[in-house]
Amino acid sequence: MDLNHLSTGKKMAVFAACAVLLAVLPFLVGGTLGNSWVRIIDFALLYVMLALGLNIVVGFAGLLDLGFIAFYAIGAYAYALLSSPHFDIHWLFFFTIPLGAVLASLGGVLLGTPVLKLKGDYLAIVTLGFGEIVRIFMNNLNAPINITNGPQGVNLIDPIHIGGASLGQSIELFGLSFHSVYLYYYLFLALTVGVVIMAWRLQHSRIGRAWVALREDDIAAAAMGINIRNIKLLAFGLGALSGGVAGGLFASFQGFVSPESFSLLESIMILAMIVLGGMGHIPGVILGAVVLTIAPEILRDVIGPLQMKTFGRMLIDPENARMLLFGLAMVVMMLVRPEGMWPSKRRKAEFRHDREDAAVQKG
Amino acid sequence: MDIFLQQILNGLVLGSIYALIALGYTMVYGIMGLINFAHGEVVMFGAMVTITVITTLMGMGINLPGPALVLIGLLVAIPACMLLGFTIERIAYRPLRGKQRLAPLITAIGLSIVLQQVAILIWGRNYIPFPQILDHDVVTIFGASITKLQIVIIALCLAIMAGLLLMVEKTKLGRAMRATSQNPAVAGLMGVNVNTIISATFVIGSGLGAIAGVMVATNYEQAHYYMGFMIGLKAFTAAVLGGIGNLGGAVAGGILLGIIESLGAGYIGTLTGGFLGSNYQDIIAFMVLILVLIFRPSGLLGEKMADRA
Repeated sequence: MDLNHLSTGKKMAVFAACAVLLAVLPFLVGGTLGNSWVRIIDFALLYVMLALGLNIVVGFAGLLDLGFIAFYAIGAYAYALLSSPHFDIHWLFFFTIPLGAVLASLGGVLLGTPVLKLKGDYLAIVTLGFGEIVRIFMNNLNAPINITNGPQGVNLIDPIHIGGASLGQSIELFGLSFHSVYLYYYLFLALTVGVVIMAWRLQHSRIGRAWVALREDDIAAAAMGINIRNIKLLAFGLGALSGGVAGGLFASFQGFVSPESFSLLESIMILAMIVLGGMGHIPGVILGAVVLTIAPEILRDVIGPLQMKTFGRMLIDPENARMLLFGLAMVVMMLVRPEGMWPSKRRKAEFRHDREDAAVQKG
Repeated sequence: MDIFLQQILNGLVLGSIYALIALGYTMVYGIMGLINFAHGEVVMFGAMVTITVITTLMGMGINLPGPALVLIGLLVAIPACMLLGFTIERIAYRPLRGKQRLAPLITAIGLSIVLQQVAILIWGRNYIPFPQILDHDVVTIFGASITKLQIVIIALCLAIMAGLLLMVEKTKLGRAMRATSQNPAVAGLMGVNVNTIISATFVIGSGLGAIAGVMVATNYEQAHYYMGFMIGLKAFTAAVLGGIGNLGGAVAGGILLGIIESLGAGYIGTLTGGFLGSNYQDIIAFMVLILVLIFRPSGLLGEKMADRA
């Protein structure tokens, strides 16, 4: 973030203000717009976690991954199968969420190993295939042994319990009533902050620098003594880790998982969050995730009524219009501002450089 | 043995269609180094436009024999798809030429979403049936059955592909295309209008895609806004399998992938002891893709590339 020009005192003030805002956000939103919007914010936090995870792979290490949703799916199914009546296992989330994260991470390494040599479009298409393979298995592993319950999905998943209190129900505390979506908000917020710190620390560590080297020029990086193989696998593994955590949280929050939630479109959506936000730049990625989760919901509220008012009937159903705008936004954004809404200074400079190069070639 | 031959025949039908679409991918990739993700949607539009034209004609009470109706449909769909391909390149890809690789990829995915949604706006979310105007008479060859229509599909695909290969080898346009795919800058210096060639590549590829779309629709007797996505992905796999950028490779890769997929679907149950069924058919293409990229990234007929980005 561009806070470097501020004094330490002012920085602390900015952080404190952000912290207070985040702490009271559900009350502000819930009080004015209703609890359904708190729920949307909860989802925004899940997407922030996912986007930050994918950002490690794509933004930091430059490995284009179009199958990231598979890790979310692995985390979600791990939680769902171990905390539901489907197998009648009800393990504690302290165990199942980390387990899901580790499984997702292993999935990341498993995907990474065979495709170590691939880059760019080729990697994109193989990861896309991996995502589809995972989804097809989830869709079909209900016969002859019923593991995933097929297209129907798993329902009645346990909400997260902390010390005997379930986050699935309202809780009275200090005379205030906390609705379930508020409780999940604070849990998600805590874990999101954890993921942000992890991503931040990684970026500025030796590993993070190695990723940048790999992204910019893998041959030079190898020549400088970076172990390309390990550093790639680490990117896949660590990226998938936060995907797995988010997946487990999603399963507990939603109470229901089915293969439908893990389609290719979701992978693309998360990639779009990163790209539209500002690839490789943590604040940009967070902004991208929040905007792309919330904007469609606002549109949903606007598109329908607007059409009723102007034409007196629905010409385009809101879901259709939402996806249309989403696709158009991707195209237009790439044409107009390929560096994203909030790029890091360095990346912005690179894109400007590109443009000058292109101008020279044209002229 | 019957099943084996049957699956080979099914694979040939499927494979020749894949090959036709793969040509569109491989031509664009060869020249621009870009996966045109929206190509599958062009295929879908080809199918949809043809069905619309045929149903409209029939609705107007024009009773022509089935093949004639399909031909009229194609005569509308092919130029329409060519125009679509031309527009896609002009609006979305040309401004991004020479930019960072990720930008055109994102644009391509965005476009593919836009085209799907436009298709929903026009034709809705349901399956659109192909009017029953073609006879699906079955011919039996050594105990395996194939419809006459499918024989026509295979023959037509092979003829078109041969024509295209001939065009690229023999004509001036073909030579310019080959030169551009070797090195656009030098081709430009030699007097080739690179922009025109790239447009021509998109136009030809889209035209082939339109024909392939109609073949898919006649073979399955239906079309759907999402049909382009999976078939496009498999055609791309076919292009990679044959060696991307190589036209002959795309043909070989397409037919081979079709046959592998059919055989896989037919035998996967027996091979896994009933654990996996034919509903896993879609996995096969991806497995093939991964295996090819691991063991022979340049594809079957591709040149050895030291560093394929």
